[in-house]
Amino acid sequence: MSSALPYYILLLPLVSAAALLLFTRRYASLSAFVSVGASIIGFVCACLVFRESEFATTDLPWIDLRPLFYVPIGLTLDGLSKTMLVLVTGVGGLIHIYSLGYMQDDAGKSRYFASLSLFMFSMLGIILANNFVMMFIFWELVGVSSYLLIGHWFERDAAAEAAKKAFLTNRIGDFGFMLGILMVWSATGSVIFRDIAGKMTSLTSHPGYLTIAALLVFCGAVGKSAQFPLHVWLPDAMEGPTPISALIHAATMVAAGVYMLVRVGFLIQASAQALHVIAWIGTITAVMAGLIATQQNDIKRILAYSTLSQLGYMIMAVGLASGEAAMFHLFTHAFFKALLFLGAGAIIIMLHHEQNIWKMGGLGKRLPITCATFLIGTLALIGCPPFSGFFSKDTILGLAYEKDKLIFYIGLCTAFLTAFYMLRLVLVVFFGKPRSDNALRGDEAPFVMTGPLLVLSVPALLAGFGFFAKIFLILPRVEEAGHVVPTLAVVAMLLGVIAAVSLYRKRESDPIDLAFLRKRFYFDELYAWLIDITQEFLAGLSAFIDHWIIDALGVRGASTTTWGVGSLLRCLQIGNLQAYAFIFGLGIIGLIYFAVFK
Amino acid sequence: MATLGDYLLVSGMLFTMGFAGVLLRRNIIIIFMSLELMLNAANLSLVAFSRYRLGADGLPNYNAQVFVFFIITVAAAEVAVGLAIIVALYRARQTTHVEDINALKF
Amino acid sequence: MPAFLFWIFAILMLVFGAAVVLNRNPVASALSLVVSFLGLSALFMSLDAYLIGILQILVYAGAVMVLFLFIIMLLDLRAEERRKFNIVPVIGGAAVSLALFAQIYLVIDQLCGAKETFPRLSAPRTDDVRAIGLLLFDNFNLPFQIIAVLVLVATIGVIVLSKKELR
Repeated sequence: MSSALPYYILLLPLVSAAALLLFTRRYASLSAFVSVGASIIGFVCACLVFRESEFATTDLPWIDLRPLFYVPIGLTLDGLSKTMLVLVTGVGGLIHIYSLGYMQDDAGKSRYFASLSLFMFSMLGIILANNFVMMFIFWELVGVSSYLLIGHWFERDAAAEAAKKAFLTNRIGDFGFMLGILMVWSATGSVIFRDIAGKMTSLTSHPGYLTIAALLVFCGAVGKSAQFPLHVWLPDAMEGPTPISALIHAATMVAAGVYMLVRVGFLIQASAQALHVIAWIGTITAVMAGLIATQQNDIKRILAYSTLSQLGYMIMAVGLASGEAAMFHLFTHAFFKALLFLGAGAIIIMLHHEQNIWKMGGLGKRLPITCATFLIGTLALIGCPPFSGFFSKDTILGLAYEKDKLIFYIGLCTAFLTAFYMLRLVLVVFFGKPRSDNALRGDEAPFVMTGPLLVLSVPALLAGFGFFAKIFLILPRVEEAGHVVPTLAVVAMLLGVIAAVSLYRKRESDPIDLAFLRKRFYFDELYAWLIDITQEFLAGLSAFIDHWIIDALGVRGASTTTWGVGSLLRCLQIGNLQAYAFIFGLGIIGLIYFAVFK
Repeated sequence: MATLGDYLLVSGMLFTMGFAGVLLRRNIIIIFMSLELMLNAANLSLVAFSRYRLGADGLPNYNAQVFVFFIITVAAAEVAVGLAIIVALYRARQTTHVEDINALKF
Repeated sequence: MPAFLFWIFAILMLVFGAAVVLNRNPVASALSLVVSFLGLSALFMSLDAYLIGILQILVYAGAVMVLFLFIIMLLDLRAEERRKFNIVPVIGGAAVSLALFAQIYLVIDQLCGAKETFPRLSAPRTDDVRAIGLLLFDNFNLPFQIIAVLVLVATIGVIVLSKKELR
């Protein structure tokens, strides 16, 4: 097996993107097939890499300023990264195939597939990076690809705004991330993960410093994985095409934050305060997103908030010092969330871009395959045994029960909310009577779109079971296994289901109307107001400096001084002959005085 | 016998009178004449020094007297041109009062 | 020269010099200047500078002052009318003149040799015309030529300046 195979996997999407941008721009279908082909080949190679237990790759030195600063281009191929490789290329490949159908009539098809390939390249780079700087570069590249993809239909103002918002919010998180990297580098002298792990003592000897560095690194995850308070970009990112929402905002990019935290778990877990903060931020995000989701009416937004909530669970697991639990949940979540999003995409396309759930209804009969797979995804999400979500969520709740009871109770409430809003979604969309013309006439999607749905529903079912998961992951061990936690979790889920069914069966419109939740806790308004205030202040300050300091002192000051001196000097030009003679005489007297008498 | 100092003092007094005339009189012709007084005072000084410093052969140092010669010539030329200017000025302004001729000011 | 002669001519010169400055009437002023030049010429003679003395009469009193009188007559200048008497310029001018005189006096005072009489000449009558002529044409020939050109230029200048407006 060639030891350069991982490099080929990494570079193949880049080559595909370049080919699409340079050569096949005008031939949309050709571009699509090139991109899809590249992704399938990438998946196959990833499986090959996965089966090899040992892989030695050489580092390419890039910035070599040893002993001060050394950044190689190197790959890390342990179990974690190999699993993520298979996951990302697999789900990515399915979404490429799905996009063939979804974006069939789109005008910017070449651009879309090129950005998609670029995204695959960046994501694989994050997974395979073996040092902070390389990961940061690919981190930013993922942000760029996300910007390009969210703003794919850039003629729409909402899409352009959403893309900008995503990029800027990510940037804020990345700023903290960079500071964290710098802090770690300055303490240990290296940016390579393996080296830092070996040099942890130089960090643990300064616990305050370590906590701050860990929290700053966490900032990157806060931005990328849309945790509170940088969560505002993810729901708006739904302006992009649905396959993108599935790939980026469900399965892969937002998971990059969790992946990064697990990758540098040795750093995070060395500081108890950092873990505490991380766990609580995850918890807050989870419950807040759950609350907001109960009042949303756009199918994609409900799923987006659901993603936020599940990401909160994953971050909570990281904060409870169990990277394995977080990865388990990430793994199962990737499958069922992608499934849910792709199903939503099929519905949207077949209803001619209708996204409001109150304009759908009774689709269970007209779109059977979509309905069935969507139901499987929902059951996995809400944690209904024996679907995959039950096992992974249960693991996290068990951890919380052990470590921090308060977090456990909040997690239970979130599970209740999850069941509630997902059943609300399912009831309103698939059951009841059709509420609009589009709903009446919707048909089942073509096979190129339902195929991936069917394929994804298999892992959604099976991924939780040990025999499947053990191939890919290290399953976390929970001490007090017992039956308390699973029972409570199932009870919470059932309560949610019952509440949803009783409230939303056969309804024409939403009975509950909580403005606070519907307006997403007014976060967007708050941020807009903050930005406004800062800008006003800065603008006022600049205006003051410009007007009073630069203008008055510099520009007008110079001219006024010149004028003043000129006016003074002008007084010498009196025009009177005898005055001149007088001054002349004064000069002579002075001259003689100084020449003779001094 | 008059001493060198006496001659120089007289010359100084003449010069001062000429200078006072330039500063205090308003008529431009009078000012011009005071100017001539000043020049002549300088001439007197020069000649006094010429007589005081004798050359090697016991005769006065005639260099100073040549200088006086030049001064007289230049003064004559200057008076000619100056008076021509005054005439032109009088033709333009119809006045010889020096305070009326003050157009070259800010 | 006996001291009293010196003083007579000196006082003559000074008094009429003062008259030049103080007179209202320009003609009177000009004529006082002529007399002052006479006194000056006598002083030159007393210093054994015979050529200079004669030149003073010939050129200055004879040509320059005549020119002055011509111009005064041409412009038909009357006595100056009294204008508003401004005390400040007068004070200023007087102060500057007196300061200048004070400085000149002090300098002369410090000058060594100021109290000495003139040394004796080697010959009783000096041939100063010849001596000055020789100097003028030998050592100072170039300045002499330049002076000649200067006078020419002055002549041309006067002619140009006195033209009436060109049509």
